[in-house]
Amino acid sequence: MIQQHVLAELRALLGEDGLLTEPEQLRTYDADGLTNFRVVPAAVALPRTGAQVQRVVQICHRERLPFVARGSGTGLSGGALPVEGGIVISLSRLNRILEIDIPNQRVVVEPGVINLQVTQAVAPYGYFYAPDPSSQSVCTIGGNVAENAGGAHCLKYGFTVTHVLGLTVVLPDGSLAHLGGKTLDTPGYDLPGVFVGSEGTLGIAIEVILRIVKRPETIQTLLAAFNSTDEAGAAVSAIIAAGMLPAAIEMMDRLSRDAAEAAVHANYPEAEALLLVELDGPAAEVALLMAQVRAICEAHGAWEIRVAQSEAERAVLWKGRKAAFAAMGRISPDYIVQDGVIPRTALPRILREIEALSARAGLRVANVFHAGDGNLHPLVLYDRSKGEEQRAEELAFEILRRCVEAGGSITGEHGVGREKQKFMSVMFAEPDLETMQLVRCAFDPHHLSNPDKVFPRPRLCAEKPGRYEPHPLERAGVAELF
Amino acid sequence: MVTQQDTLYAELAALVGAAHVRPATPADAVEGRLPRYVVAPGSAQEVAQVLRVANQAGLRVAPRGGGSKLDWGQPPAALDLILATERLDAVLEHAWADMTATVQAGCRVATLQQVLAQHGQRLALDTLWPERATVGGILATNDSGALRMRFGALRDLILGVLVALPDGTLARSGGKVVKNVAGYDLQKLMTGALGTLGVIVEATFRLYPLPAAQRTFSLELSTPALAQRLLLAILDSTLVPSSLQLRLSTASAPVVDVRFEGIAAAIDSQADHLRRIAAELGASAPVEADEQVWLAREALWQAPEGAIVKISVLPADWATFVAALERVAQRLRLRWTLVAQALGLGMLQLSAPNDEALLAGLSLLRAAAGQRGGALVALRLPTALKARFDVWGPVGDTLALQRRIKQQFDPRATLNPGRFVGGI
Repeated sequence: MIQQHVLAELRALLGEDGLLTEPEQLRTYDADGLTNFRVVPAAVALPRTGAQVQRVVQICHRERLPFVARGSGTGLSGGALPVEGGIVISLSRLNRILEIDIPNQRVVVEPGVINLQVTQAVAPYGYFYAPDPSSQSVCTIGGNVAENAGGAHCLKYGFTVTHVLGLTVVLPDGSLAHLGGKTLDTPGYDLPGVFVGSEGTLGIAIEVILRIVKRPETIQTLLAAFNSTDEAGAAVSAIIAAGMLPAAIEMMDRLSRDAAEAAVHANYPEAEALLLVELDGPAAEVALLMAQVRAICEAHGAWEIRVAQSEAERAVLWKGRKAAFAAMGRISPDYIVQDGVIPRTALPRILREIEALSARAGLRVANVFHAGDGNLHPLVLYDRSKGEEQRAEELAFEILRRCVEAGGSITGEHGVGREKQKFMSVMFAEPDLETMQLVRCAFDPHHLSNPDKVFPRPRLCAEKPGRYEPHPLERAGVAELF
Repeated sequence: MVTQQDTLYAELAALVGAAHVRPATPADAVEGRLPRYVVAPGSAQEVAQVLRVANQAGLRVAPRGGGSKLDWGQPPAALDLILATERLDAVLEHAWADMTATVQAGCRVATLQQVLAQHGQRLALDTLWPERATVGGILATNDSGALRMRFGALRDLILGVLVALPDGTLARSGGKVVKNVAGYDLQKLMTGALGTLGVIVEATFRLYPLPAAQRTFSLELSTPALAQRLLLAILDSTLVPSSLQLRLSTASAPVVDVRFEGIAAAIDSQADHLRRIAAELGASAPVEADEQVWLAREALWQAPEGAIVKISVLPADWATFVAALERVAQRLRLRWTLVAQALGLGMLQLSAPNDEALLAGLSLLRAAAGQRGGALVALRLPTALKARFDVWGPVGDTLALQRRIKQQFDPRATLNPGRFVGGI
């Protein structure tokens, strides 16, 4: 529990509406997008400025009070799950776009800015913000930074980390640090590279410098219908082997197609496997490559092909894919979204294994995935009221185990959070996990910032034996002068 | 009489074999510091064991690949061992169908590219001296080239790493798939860390296809301001150049080089588009140029003396920086050549009538680059001058944090002590 005088201090800092302590208010914050984990925090802080965030963290550090930063709470791995007795720092009020610098292709935002708002702000100039998670109309840049969010188009454009050049961060001791900057290759360690994707465990970003991308001359999207995921998978491999780098390659199996159809009536063909291929770039290039993609799909058994040219036609093709997760509610009372990655060549084999596992467990699994980079999103459908939850979790984790065995990863974009902590040991050896946590010890030796996430066992950050020997220049105080 | 040195030699020989440890010669000196031994481990485990022995004995270690960039950074505060990666030179796996490759740190970049080219692929990077530079070396120094425009830097290409720490730990992070967010990204932390946190033993990269065709066009411009306008116009267009650089010097007018890759017919239409952009600005028409223009960065090193520095500014700030450069050069009688990439990174070669003028010029140019958040990092500078000019420059408010990172990974400052920012 938080002592009364600390609550009073926080209230004085944040105002009456800036600190929530009533049980019914707190319940709103007890989970993120992964709703089977719930913890009610002791308090929720709603700062309005970066300076207030810093003060809150300073108080937390002084009191050794654990805190969890939160954006829109759309995360799917329990990354924003509160700590019992700790506080949640909600960043939703830090929602200003601070600077738009078109000549330098930079935008500076606060962490509570919604992903899609960045694109909306720069669209009039012919630019967009590339990372596009399916939740982009609600998820925040701060959350994207924490998870290193991807999306359908990161096949070509890279992940959040590729587009974050710098961050102003409140470190867990309450000090301020500017990591990276507006220019490239700032001298020193690549701190943005390690901060992005650290799942809120290294501090809280209060300003983020983003890179924006010029909208390509042409964007075309192709939808192809196949009789099996094997055929569609072979078409994907052939497209990549032809030396192309599409902006996106997405696949949906029969079950996810049916769910999407029921939910948003995308008018998709009744196929066992659907492939969405998006190409963008100079018009002449896209036209030539799209003809190639079409030929490859036909050669691999596609029996219906649609190509969308206009923005409106493209939106129709994407509609079902973007709605796929939410659509599962139409065909199942409950479902688990997973996020495994495999080398693309293992796709047909893993899909068959998933099918076998699904049959054995007596639970349906729908597959929607970023086929171009091997990022699977198996959706395990179950009914909690029939007591199927544990079986569903076991099945989901078995799928992840197969991904790791195939040389892949337990998470491509959703993060480890609370959900997959124990699975880190399947993917990494003990020395790997211990070494990673050296970073945590440098940033957060007291484990205050989103503690007990990501790693199965926290490393104690004791002073290691040995002595740091300063450089002679440093001793003389010379290096400090620069 | 058995000296400590002999004991050390025996211990190292027991670890890696007597054939792979030898007393250092003057050719092994790093910025004037002569080590005692050169050790060439034959496996990741041997790298870790050598580090552990050195760490326990309080010895200082410098990792070395091809040695092409060993003079980058401050001189080492102390040096006992060179850890040579020369025997770790294998391409361990080229998963061409998945477009990834895992390679040992001592593999030369050119060798790796030859292996990848057998399946029409490449590490999409044009580093300095690929024939000499090793994978570990380019990672440690974060060296990238003009292709960064389109394919990103090493941080965007590296998927995973195996690293040996001073205490003998071997640790992996990342993986072999393009998309992976499990755990902290040590491969990015190690990239550009100048070997101060651990020794990179192997790395996995995402690959790109070799282009079906590529063509380069050059445009001569009357003034740096016009060159700047052209660069920004290209950046703001729907053209997709794989490289875009600006070359100019004391003796030559600005030239902008543009490289397109892809399908021949598509390159033709991009070339037409480039002509239209040039015409709208009143610039001369682009002319087809030789691929050699992309070796301009490397050519800077042929200057017999002076400094070579890396400049980082905003893409729109090149003209401003060049104006400052011209003023400083005139005042101090400097001669210079600049090879700048549109995205805001450049290499600048400076020659001065004397050391004082060179140091004064560097300080003024650092201030000029820093005006809007940029930086100047000296890559080549006479060792004697490094005592008077910190090659890295200021690192803002993160120095304490960076020292804590060093303290966690290398508490006894075994690896490259004093070479990195702030005396790390």
